Amino acid sequence: MSAGPGPAAGTDLTRLSAADTAAAVASGQASAVEVARAHLDRIAAVDGAVHAFLHVDAGGALAQAAAVDAAVADRDARTGPLAGVPLAMKDVIVTRGVPTTAGSRILEGWRPPYDATVATRLREAGVVVLGKTNMDEFAMGSSTEHSAYGPTSNPWDLTRIPGGSGGGSAAAVAAYEAPLAVGTDTGGSIRQPAAVTGTVGVKPTYGGVSRYGLIAFSSSLDQAGPCARTVLDAALLHEAMAGHDPRDSTSIDAPVPPVVAAARRADVSGLRVGVVRELGGEGYESGVQERFDEAVALLQELGATVSEVSCPHFGYALPAYYLIAPSEASSNLARFDSVRYGLRVGDDGDRSLEDVMSLTRAAGFGPEVKRRIVLGTFALSSGYYDAYYGQAQKVRTLITRDFTSAFESVDVLVSPASPGVAFPIGAKVDDPLAMYRQDLATIPSNLYGGPAMSLPVGLSEGLPVGLQVMAPTMRDDLLYLVGGALEAALHDRWGGDLLSRAPKLEV
Amino acid sequence: MPEITREQVAHLARLSRLALDDAELDGLASQLQVILGAVEQISEVADAAGVPPTTHAVPVENVHRPDVVTPSLDRDAVLAGAPAAEDGRFRVPRILDAE
Repeated sequence: MSAGPGPAAGTDLTRLSAADTAAAVASGQASAVEVARAHLDRIAAVDGAVHAFLHVDAGGALAQAAAVDAAVADRDARTGPLAGVPLAMKDVIVTRGVPTTAGSRILEGWRPPYDATVATRLREAGVVVLGKTNMDEFAMGSSTEHSAYGPTSNPWDLTRIPGGSGGGSAAAVAAYEAPLAVGTDTGGSIRQPAAVTGTVGVKPTYGGVSRYGLIAFSSSLDQAGPCARTVLDAALLHEAMAGHDPRDSTSIDAPVPPVVAAARRADVSGLRVGVVRELGGEGYESGVQERFDEAVALLQELGATVSEVSCPHFGYALPAYYLIAPSEASSNLARFDSVRYGLRVGDDGDRSLEDVMSLTRAAGFGPEVKRRIVLGTFALSSGYYDAYYGQAQKVRTLITRDFTSAFESVDVLVSPASPGVAFPIGAKVDDPLAMYRQDLATIPSNLYGGPAMSLPVGLSEGLPVGLQVMAPTMRDDLLYLVGGALEAALHDRWGGDLLSRAPKLEV
Repeated sequence: MPEITREQVAHLARLSRLALDDAELDGLASQLQVILGAVEQISEVADAAGVPPTTHAVPVENVHRPDVVTPSLDRDAVLAGAPAAEDGRFRVPRILDAE
């Protein structure tokens, strides 16, 4: 151990931020292997109760950590800003040789023959992938209850949902099983789990992070992004994942917005903040609304100019989304054909390919996936296409125009990230519409394509509340400028971060 | 709003290659009816008439790359993930009707 600041002997390495972990590893104050072991031990101790992980890759994690330690020891080797930092990967991102299921029975046991670009980039950055996290099947859901492998619990209250679809990634970060996680966000699957677990989650600008190797749900909306406990950690992961990828023709060929610099600057003085009139009030829990209003007042104290902005078509975002996303899903999920990967059922030598395919899909997909495939097939079918899918795409244009017009008078928009706090497991699982309404506030940014963040702003009924910041496309840096400033002011007010107030998990 | 019948769901399930049982067909018919009732409000958006549809969030078009051969996935590694493979190929159930 060298002298100087850093984790003292006996420090719990799972409590460090990603930034501090990387600094400790780079300076030799902690080895990447020690850090990885501490997190694997934490997973072994608490994941039986939380169930954030579908697969823990201890061997792969320790091998990657040892490689980072070798690079640190070799003075000529360069290590990146996240080298040696453990990370949990949502199971919708394919990882070579490591089981990848997207939360579905239809992919049970599949070991992908290639890595997603996100996985490749993180490995090259020296990030240590601990394993794959639980999720609603094919990312369809807002509670992680639609996973074929059982629900994940919210570390704040194990009887409640951790949000979804990326509940496993958010719960892993909130339960100190990993300082960082990768999520994907089609209608709120990074931000709503962040909101209800008291963590930070960011959906980057659509096209900002490669979709190569992201198992597709709704291709015009899907976007991978960071989950973390601090705004700076989210920015570090964002920067490590983002950037143009020739393997994804929809990825944006432009420099990554300066998100880390913005998180460090964390200054909102003179920034124009718009409160979206349509995202609040009726349909939002009063405790959520109160914490949101207090945070907006704090932004004003920090020097931001706050005004109310109307986005008149946002009220139609939910119905537009629930036509567009299932339509794209019904097409994307056709690839699960019982031929190339995953499950095959009923191949008795007598049945036709079509029968085997239909039996396999019926056995391999869960009820929510079937519901969306049939809904999407309906919305795309002849005679209904114009009234449903076509109309939804036009409304999507109007929602985009609401954003661009709002951004003429303000720099960022804010709203509650989720209409309520974490609800009890089982409370909405049989009511699709109640579940869909969890995404009221997050869906508009997906339809528009702009970046959005949820960060914790307090508690209601003892459970975390998230505030959402939305910015123009390719201005992801603005999220971190606002998030960083708000986080610092709130930590001052609270005398620490929100997660330190979470009940201790029984170990 | 169209009424969703069980027969219609059965037709959609056939198109979607989903062998659903009777209970699933009945359940889906009533659920789709409820969901369509909720999304129906989208037809109220009168100012959508004449608006161009958005198919994609970011206007990227005609992405080209040099026509250069690059390595593809290893055949055996790909077939290892298939439910059935034979002679270096995916093995499928019969695709033609038996005579």
